[in-house]
Amino acid sequence: MNFILESLRTAISLILAFDKEVYQAVWTSLYVSVASTIIASAIGVPSGLLLSAREFPFKRLAIVLLNTLMALPTVVVGLVVYGIISRQGPLGELGLLFSPAAIVIGQSILALPIIANYTLSSIKGADSRILPTAMTLGASPTQGYLILLSEVRFGIMAAVIAGFGRVVAEVGVAMMLGGNIRGYTRTMTTAIALETSKGEFAFGMALGIILMTVALAVNLLLNYFQERRG
Amino acid sequence: METPVLKIEGIKKRLSNEFSLDVPYMEFKEGNIYGLIGPNGAGKSTLLKILNLLEAPDEGEIFFNGNPVTPSNLVETRKNMGMVMENPYLFHTTVFKNVAAGLKFRSTDKGSWDATVKEALVLVGLDGFESRYAPDLSRGESQRVTIARILAFKPKILFLDEPFSNIDRKHALILEELIKNINKESATTIVFTTHNIIQATLLSDQILAMREGRISERGDDTQIHIYTKLLSNI
Repeated sequence: MNFILESLRTAISLILAFDKEVYQAVWTSLYVSVASTIIASAIGVPSGLLLSAREFPFKRLAIVLLNTLMALPTVVVGLVVYGIISRQGPLGELGLLFSPAAIVIGQSILALPIIANYTLSSIKGADSRILPTAMTLGASPTQGYLILLSEVRFGIMAAVIAGFGRVVAEVGVAMMLGGNIRGYTRTMTTAIALETSKGEFAFGMALGIILMTVALAVNLLLNYFQERRG
Repeated sequence: METPVLKIEGIKKRLSNEFSLDVPYMEFKEGNIYGLIGPNGAGKSTLLKILNLLEAPDEGEIFFNGNPVTPSNLVETRKNMGMVMENPYLFHTTVFKNVAAGLKFRSTDKGSWDATVKEALVLVGLDGFESRYAPDLSRGESQRVTIARILAFKPKILFLDEPFSNIDRKHALILEELIKNINKESATTIVFTTHNIIQATLLSDQILAMREGRISERGDDTQIHIYTKLLSNI
């Protein structure tokens, strides 16, 4: 018990002292997660809209596939992207492996189905009069869809936050594609895994506290937007 | 001869297994008020949606100002029309943004929005409501905002689907006056559906009675005859 309390004390002092290594991992985590959430949102929101608002062949199959991808294991994404961007892979010449960009690619793939699915369910649950109303006011199809997105804005925000929550806490992709390089691709989660295995429990705990604070903030935001949506 | 603002020819649309909407010919003249009456399921709302270019007919042609409506000019043609649906929806934003929505879709000069929105709200008796959150309004106020929203972009044709169905007598009278004023001041062609034959007779220049997807009666100078005949059918 003393060991845990002592580690907690050291962890808090590391946080309060703005330990460079701790905050470097926090910064890397945040910027790769934000970047991948932005990319996944740019693709996921229109995909969710398309799936809910338009009819096309194999639509049901696409929705089932999207649901399945929600539970995609992070190590599988890591494995597939590793195969593509490693030296022998089709995009090996780009030299992306073990870079922040590699983590962003992998995390975007992880967040994409979550954001698309949340968007889809938001639009499905929206009032069916929104689009016809916009059309009676002279909206073009594009303007109508923009109004529809604006009316379900809280659901979309919840989708984006859920996507961010998924990637900021994952470890598989960051470890396999980032390589856990100190000061470059070391994220909060990979640093926790490494430092704990090295016996630096307090360091891991410091990052764990920050990660939990981020997760709490994300969930509070998610809850807020879900309440507003309801 | 004056070109009708809107004309339909040979319109057919399947409504149910038993019957289809079938309107061989119908025209709407500028500045006239048309009352479309009939029982539930007669096809009034479907006809209104076809006239407003919200639903495509299975067969037939629609002409606006003498020109056929085609997929390429559909959105632009629809910008000349406005419709208040039976259960209107207000966007989850301010009254101002609701009323300005049609102006935004038409890319009108943003500088003119304040005055235009105010003018429309004054017409429906809601001056000063600009900053109110639309979903918080009462039923009667909501109804008037949906009309102001249409009036703001001054459509050539205004469609009202059962405008009197969800409001009390007091608001119905206000709405009746409003319809007459809009028609008088801007020569807007107005087409409305109703179950109320008396209301239709009092407001419209022509009554069109629908039954099982067909126009069963038309009335203009013989409205009273139609009115009596319709009453006897109920």
